[in-house]
Amino acid sequence: MRIDLAGVLLLLAASGAVQAASPQDMLKEYEAQAKREKSGFAGFSAARGEQLFRAKHTVDGKEVSCTTCHTSDPRQAGKTRANKEIKPMAPSVNGERFTDKAKTEKWFKRNCGDVLKRTCTSEEKGDFITFLLTVK
Amino acid sequence: MGKIWRILLLLSVVTASGALLADDDEDEHEGRRGGHRSSDLPVLTHAAWETECSGCHMAYHPGLLPERSWRKLMDGLDKHFGENASLDDSVREDITRFLVANSADHSSARRSQKFAASIPANSTPLRISETRYFRAKHDEVKASVWKREKIGSPANCGACHQGAKEGDFSEDRVSIPR
Repeated sequence: MRIDLAGVLLLLAASGAVQAASPQDMLKEYEAQAKREKSGFAGFSAARGEQLFRAKHTVDGKEVSCTTCHTSDPRQAGKTRANKEIKPMAPSVNGERFTDKAKTEKWFKRNCGDVLKRTCTSEEKGDFITFLLTVK
Repeated sequence: MGKIWRILLLLSVVTASGALLADDDEDEHEGRRGGHRSSDLPVLTHAAWETECSGCHMAYHPGLLPERSWRKLMDGLDKHFGENASLDDSVREDITRFLVANSADHSSARRSQKFAASIPANSTPLRISETRYFRAKHDEVKASVWKREKIGSPANCGACHQGAKEGDFSEDRVSIPR
């Protein structure tokens, strides 16, 4: 019985997590978080987001960037190191992008960790999405 | 065409097809049961395994590695072949249970048993392509072939094995892209 209850709770949690959200909804959430994290927060910037997307870093002697896997054009499909296609990053060509908060958070955690060797701030996440929304 | 020639031609065709069969994989003679070969890995479904593991590569069938390998792999997802592939604890545990229950050393599929038998007891491989069974099966594939644009590396099973997603690695469903 206890297991059933746990299952129901898990289902409820899962259905909440996959509830359709728009990139704009997600930006509002990141904005609220950014205000809490940084006292002087003055809004997101597409220019900073683009910088973050294109910045090159050296990890274990290799030059890496978001563009290593995602290509330098967010409208293009990218490729994982294991040769699997990555759908385009720009919401203008891939309507699934930034509509699932749990998925977005999972990938920010992994990829900021791999490329920047740290977690990204809410401001950076918002800048990044703001930039990608400008790519038509 | 003279009668002798026709007989010779027929003979050469028979010999050639015999040679082809002899060269064939032993698995090819096991026959189909309900459309699925007995050597095939069972078709499995598990939502989290399919979604999470196929994010960067094909969701590898649990029957391709033994339990100890899956446990070690799932314990090191934050450093997964040089990448952070970390998962929430509940999802990770759910997938680990599924992998273990269907792992090579807990499977009745013949191919899984061959994988398991080819791994020394004191070794815990994390790459399927490191196992002796995999190596023996691919010993004729040259390094240049693995590196072809449409293949990339031995991690990309589906590039050549048309039935990889369904656990069908039989030789007659192999088509190596140019």
